[in-house]
Amino acid sequence: MRIAVLSGKGGTGKTLVSVNLAVAAKTSTYIDCDVEEPNGHLFLKPEGVQEEEIFVKIPKVNNELCNGCRKCLDFCKFNALAYIKNKLIVFDDVCHSCGGCSLVCPEKALTEKEKVIGKVQKGTADHVTIYTGILNTGEATGIPIIKKLLAANNPQVDRLTLIDCPPGSACIVMESIKDADYCILVAEPTLFGVHNLDMVYELVKLFNRPFGVVLNKCLEKENPAEKFCLEKNIKILGRIPFDNELGTLNSNAEIAVNKNEKYRELFSSLLDMVTKEVQHETITNP
Amino acid sequence: MKIAIPVDEKSLKSNVCASFGRAPYFLFYNTVTKESYYLDNTAVASQGGAGIRAVQVIADHGVKVLLTPRCGENAEKVLSNAEVLIYKSTPGTAQENIDAFIDEQLNLLSDFHAGFHGHGGN
Repeated sequence: MRIAVLSGKGGTGKTLVSVNLAVAAKTSTYIDCDVEEPNGHLFLKPEGVQEEEIFVKIPKVNNELCNGCRKCLDFCKFNALAYIKNKLIVFDDVCHSCGGCSLVCPEKALTEKEKVIGKVQKGTADHVTIYTGILNTGEATGIPIIKKLLAANNPQVDRLTLIDCPPGSACIVMESIKDADYCILVAEPTLFGVHNLDMVYELVKLFNRPFGVVLNKCLEKENPAEKFCLEKNIKILGRIPFDNELGTLNSNAEIAVNKNEKYRELFSSLLDMVTKEVQHETITNP
Repeated sequence: MKIAIPVDEKSLKSNVCASFGRAPYFLFYNTVTKESYYLDNTAVASQGGAGIRAVQVIADHGVKVLLTPRCGENAEKVLSNAEVLIYKSTPGTAQENIDAFIDEQLNLLSDFHAGFHGHGGN
């Protein structure tokens, strides 16, 4: 059972929810797909960490063979190539590794070479297996790292897996949720929070993923994110209060479930709720 | 000699655009014939590498000097390969900057930014 946790912006509580759900479960796998700033490991503190470098292919030019036709320049949507004074220049940092330039080159002047863009770490903490994706600063995209993270976990498809997604609704998030059995959208009780919730709501609908919302930082007063859910008939899975104690635990990199009975109950019942939702989905939409 | 300037409007009275790669138009000015023409910047809406694309167009038009308030590292690399000199424009119109360049009042641009789009450079 793969559960993706996502939100339209950073800081809404994706890691809080995924880490606490992972720990609340008997056994689980936690995958940090927020490869630009992975932070789940700060809470889970994995041991016995093993690392693997992740490579992408980038073009390598042979200017002896290049005849200056510029088909590669026309093809590249990211403008990673320039042809100046009869010489082709490649910008490695701008390249998104699509391989198109090598394909369209009629002179075979472009071949591919490997470049390290980051790494994947695997470790364990108690009953949680932890995968962390780390993208090197300045790289164009972390998608190859996310592919690797999710593929590494594929043999354990029956195990409860929490996928801590990157913020937003761009390609990198799409890659993180595309094989998820269920999506948890974490939302803040502000108008800005509603805007960001709407972004990921549109995304999970587009991907036809079953989903529900966790309302985080709930206050006594009116909650615009809750109102949005009620209007759109979106399942509300749970409410996390805007609580000084929880904030303190979190800022000390502690896991609330391990430190506070109230939060153990909150996340355990959230996990039960999500598990039921997924089972219900499997029955109704096998 | 041909000069290029990123401009907000297709006019010699236009202000120099604050951005190079994402400028809406480029003004080309021939210092010998005093003729000028404008091009839409095809890089303005590109997903990335706008500066690289913009320099490609400028270089293809045989430009020797670029007047711009700022320029990214990647654009600078292409400009340097194309042997285009980069002078820092001053606040004011395109015409005022052309005059200042001809009077040798402009300085070479020496600081290049690393881009704003999360890439290693833009």
